[in-house]
Amino acid sequence: MPATDIPSLLPPGSYYLSGNEALAEGALAAGCRYYAGYPITPSSELMERMAVRLPELGGVFIQMEDEIASVCSLIGAAWAGAKAMTATSGPGFSLMQEAIGYAAFTETPLVIADIQRAGPCTGQATRVGSGDWMQAKWGSHGDYQVIALAPWSVQEMYTMAVEAFNLAERYRVPVFVMGEEAVAHLREKMDIPSPTRVFERLKVPGAAPFSPEPVDGVPPMPAFGDGERLLVTGSTHDAAGIRRTDDPLTHARLVAHINHKILDRRRDIAATEAYFLEDAELLVAAYGFTARSALFAVRQLRREGLKVGLLRLKVVWPFPDFRFSDLPPAIKSIFVPEMNLGQVAGEIRRHVACDVHGYQQTDGDVIPPGAILARLREVLR
Amino acid sequence: MRDLEAYLRPEVTSTPFCPGCGHGILMNHLLRALDALDLPPEDLLFVSGIGCAAWIPSPHFNADTLHTLHGRALPFATGAKLANPALKVIVVSGDGDLTSIGGNHLIHAARRNIPLTVICANNLIYGMTGGQAASTSPLGTKSATSPQGNPYRPFDLCRLVQGAGARHTARFAVTQPLPLIDCLQRFLALEAFTFLEVLSPCPTQFGRRNQYPTPPEMLGMLMERCITQEEARGLSPEALADRFVTGDFSDGAC
Repeated sequence: MPATDIPSLLPPGSYYLSGNEALAEGALAAGCRYYAGYPITPSSELMERMAVRLPELGGVFIQMEDEIASVCSLIGAAWAGAKAMTATSGPGFSLMQEAIGYAAFTETPLVIADIQRAGPCTGQATRVGSGDWMQAKWGSHGDYQVIALAPWSVQEMYTMAVEAFNLAERYRVPVFVMGEEAVAHLREKMDIPSPTRVFERLKVPGAAPFSPEPVDGVPPMPAFGDGERLLVTGSTHDAAGIRRTDDPLTHARLVAHINHKILDRRRDIAATEAYFLEDAELLVAAYGFTARSALFAVRQLRREGLKVGLLRLKVVWPFPDFRFSDLPPAIKSIFVPEMNLGQVAGEIRRHVACDVHGYQQTDGDVIPPGAILARLREVLR
Repeated sequence: MRDLEAYLRPEVTSTPFCPGCGHGILMNHLLRALDALDLPPEDLLFVSGIGCAAWIPSPHFNADTLHTLHGRALPFATGAKLANPALKVIVVSGDGDLTSIGGNHLIHAARRNIPLTVICANNLIYGMTGGQAASTSPLGTKSATSPQGNPYRPFDLCRLVQGAGARHTARFAVTQPLPLIDCLQRFLALEAFTFLEVLSPCPTQFGRRNQYPTPPEMLGMLMERCITQEEARGLSPEALADRFVTGDFSDGAC
């Protein structure tokens, strides 16, 4: 695989950035040179930083007329050879869903930062939410896969932006960095590492650009202007890109391909982080900003001698089901705090036999450590 | 002149268009203009939306082609052109695609003046979905969704795009091959946003509901109703009501 180590753009060292700024810098370090977007709270600082930084780096920044145009222009830019991204929040993410399906079906790499706010609808634009997970998974019609990352710190807004581009290029798939408002507007110390490992798009002149053998393989991706005379279409297409809208086998095969190429590699993609798991009897499963509060609570209970562990999901889609179906046998129940009405708890229930307790908060505020601690004490009683 | 077949994919042996459709004629005009300019296919990117006209380039043209979502050809094209300015990006799509569902993108593409050659095949109706009223259907048009006659005024597309800031707009019918090809050559030679509306007959969906059921009658309607800017000068609004004023309106009023 063509991964290379390149120097970071900013001098390596410690920085004091907001999550939105860190995400922008991570994207640039990964080679993003095309940004199209539409202003929306709480993501706009990311766009504004791109408006300054991309012209400095010889890249393209454009403010489009809406989120639909933004994401569509990413697909055009990606096929013209660029690493491309946009950032948005719930209402804009909703508008982007049709084109996300197009990108998944045409195997177009792109990165979207969905900075989540309290929904549904316009909701509370300036306050935090984490309610876009099911939309990230199922927002467009039909069966397809995406990759959705859950950063919990300003540091991870940077590193996961790099990772998002690497995953997008490697698997030719839309990748979402699902930051929540709280981490996007948080300022904390973070480190810019150097070098940065960056995955470059695989090109094989003359190779079929779609749906190769085997069905879970990832085909190489040429660009417009390479002389390949590409056919890119959102209709059902064969390996060469020719529309096959009447052929049942081609359609079934293509749908299987775009799903299997991600699901069959989920052990490589869906990273998790475990704390105190070995002898745990109660497992807290958390992701994003909520995992910070969860870790505080788990550490406190450990200090009290209670057998509590934490499994942090760094990637929610593809879902790390293998981590849940293979838990230590001592675990008797799972506690899932979320800033939504149980979107990920429901997914966990599909993969475990033990009790799953949800803790759900949708008031536009983060879940404080004390709230998790209090609920954990109740569960432990 | 090179054999125009050089512009067509060898594996494509027929077009999907109905008998009497004007889109095949437009395809021919476009290829002749490209050939006259000696634009080699490998330097071209064709972008289209959804609908009959979107199938003019895709999959027929032997160049890079991007067949996009309904209404979204222009933002896809904008991204490709900005990411690789060396590409000659030509957008070919229909009136419903570019001006109704994609209307917002059209005015903003015109405003930005990003170099795109936009060819809007206007058949006055939604063809592929079965003959529903379009934002370009003339007043009184009978359609699947206006069986009593369309009660709403159609867009004047060239004026709309001019109003959004485009300097280069033109309207011709496929029945005017020589001025149409000349205009296409001028527009393709520019590194600017250009908008060419091409009236294209649809006997299948428009004609049979509106007293032009055969291809010759449909073509005859266009030939009768299309007049040049010069012929239109001095005519009263009533006299112009059912006419299509054709010409290159670049840097001028239409």
